[in-house]
Amino acid sequence: MDSGVQEIVIRAGQTDARYWRDLWSYRELLWFLSWRDVLVRYKQTVIGIAWALIRPFLTMIIFTIVFSVVARMPSEGNAPYSIMVFVGLLPWFFFTGAFSQASNSLLENERMITKIYFPRILIPLSSILVILFDFLVALLLLIGLFLWFGFSPDWRAVCVPLFMALGLSAALGPGLLTAALNVRFRDFRYVVPFIVQIGLYVSPVIYSSSLVPEAWRLAYSLNPMVGVIDGFRWALLAGEFSFYWPGFVASLAVNLALLLAGVLYFRRAERSFSDVI
Amino acid sequence: MGIAIRAENVSKSYTISHQQQPYLLLRDVMASGARNFARGALDVIRGRNRARSSAQEEFWALKGIDLEVNDGERIGIIGRNGAGKSTLLKILSRTTEPTTGEIRIRGRIASLLEVGTGFHPELTGRENVFLNAAILGMTRQEIHRRFDEIVAFAEVERFLDTPVKRYSSGMYVRLAFAVAAHLDPEILIIDEVLSVGDAQFQKKCLGRMEQVGREGRTVIFVSHSMQTVLSLCSRGILLDGGRIVAAGSAHDAVTAYRELGASNQIDRTWLLPGQAPGNEWIRLRSACIRPASTVASGQLTIRTPFCVEVVYDANLRAEAFFLGVRVRTDYGDIIFASGSIPMPIEPGTYHSECTVPGDLLNDGVYVVDVSFARDGTVPLFRAEELLSFEIHDVERASGAWLGKIPGAVRPRLKWETERLSVSAPA
Repeated sequence: MDSGVQEIVIRAGQTDARYWRDLWSYRELLWFLSWRDVLVRYKQTVIGIAWALIRPFLTMIIFTIVFSVVARMPSEGNAPYSIMVFVGLLPWFFFTGAFSQASNSLLENERMITKIYFPRILIPLSSILVILFDFLVALLLLIGLFLWFGFSPDWRAVCVPLFMALGLSAALGPGLLTAALNVRFRDFRYVVPFIVQIGLYVSPVIYSSSLVPEAWRLAYSLNPMVGVIDGFRWALLAGEFSFYWPGFVASLAVNLALLLAGVLYFRRAERSFSDVI
Repeated sequence: MGIAIRAENVSKSYTISHQQQPYLLLRDVMASGARNFARGALDVIRGRNRARSSAQEEFWALKGIDLEVNDGERIGIIGRNGAGKSTLLKILSRTTEPTTGEIRIRGRIASLLEVGTGFHPELTGRENVFLNAAILGMTRQEIHRRFDEIVAFAEVERFLDTPVKRYSSGMYVRLAFAVAAHLDPEILIIDEVLSVGDAQFQKKCLGRMEQVGREGRTVIFVSHSMQTVLSLCSRGILLDGGRIVAAGSAHDAVTAYRELGASNQIDRTWLLPGQAPGNEWIRLRSACIRPASTVASGQLTIRTPFCVEVVYDANLRAEAFFLGVRVRTDYGDIIFASGSIPMPIEPGTYHSECTVPGDLLNDGVYVVDVSFARDGTVPLFRAEELLSFEIHDVERASGAWLGKIPGAVRPRLKWETERLSVSAPA
């Protein structure tokens, strides 16, 4: 914090111009909150952090058996189906985790909100960071999978952080929106799991987006997660995946629009959180 | 000396809805939106003014507060429940925004609206110190620097690596307060934290607060304990009905508060369950204080036995349900506490009363807290300052002492004097 005496002006009906500066000065709290959530999640568990590996791993195996062996769904080029599914599952798990955690985060921290001031956006942000941690752990599993199948990605893999950033924004936008709405309308507690459930079918997780008929492909791509998952497949499947640019642009546009809407609505609603929660 | 806080014309209004649901459902908003739209459209067609929705009402928790606090001043804010104290603190600590007005605050501000905010039961004492300190605005460096001091103050060294869910409530509170007491803001906002812990720890906290004040920090203090306000604060502000009704020395404010207390609340009834104090298990319907015998009427005197009566809805099943009544002076000192005999309970509406004998309390203003609990230690609900009443003095025997008789209680004791011998007149 700065040593000089700072002056805070609180004026009725005016959004505090210092908000983003405050956010920066509270950055340590962001780490502390995420650190708390990571600690709490694995307290009193026997295998602890291994849960972050087991869940995606078992899902991948089940999906491979059901959709590849039984339903005979095609993979992407020469890439093994398991790898194709896992590369899609990683960002999908991140999205569903981050989106649902962010939506409930404000309600779970009700006491802090009514008692203490800090930029409220830290709460959903920190809950997303926790899921990001899980994602990084699961990434290790992917490396193991590459070794097992003897499959190696090429130079495109350096783009993964870029698509991860898109995944973050895809979860953050709707997450902020539903988090703020949840404070006032508890209905969204039921809406979010539904979106997550349906999302699995309208996102290219268990299948490749190249299976979508050409006529539908652009409309299909309005789902922000289509761009993210396609991006992951393009970056990690060593050129076995052909990129569909118009779809990616559409997906990116929706993604950014939702992020903007999320941030704006959250900022507007934030002022009355402690009164209505 | 500069000005630490300057508030001008600060008001805060809340919209209270007379619906019974604890929170809004989207369905209701859409339905009432559609209804209002239809009604509005009809009104426009009929050329009438649009009426406001009757289910909602505006409530002003604060009205036109002007306040100036100098650097290094220790200011006490007092007032009855619902006077607006907490709202004022919330606005100053920025957890809620004012509806009108402007506030300028110079310096870092930290609020202790409730100790232990952000404590997580699963985390150890050590982890919670870091987390809580960060939530209250300390940086990582500051926490490292003061960690040992905090732990020593809380006296929990041996349990640092135990999850706080295994702490006794005393240890928990001590640790929470210790973190808060080691914040270094220019302005410290404190709400009722001193009412926790045992007497010895309270003394320690008071000492710490005085030290903070001496270091030149500004302290804003809200309390129900007039004694604490008098001993800690240099200035006092009395709030009532959302306005400042008295400001001046702490002593003046406390005197004004006592006069206000005379307009007591001996009979309260809540018609709408949404406004009655309570929670998911207990919801009050009415509460009153009345003379125990029907003969006596009007004023309660030091001689009158009286009853504390509550009618409430209980929504639980328990083997051993009991009530507690606590009578305090308006200074916050507890005169006595009494618990009912445990009994089994089923959902329903109940009436409970507790008879307090005459010749017990001294004259003065008293406050009653009522609590509900089950199975020995499980609290269900506590209504603080539910009622307040005044005990009047009675006419004393002619020639007796005329001044105020000191003491919290005024028992009628047996006195005997007998003459042992007759001495010769000097």
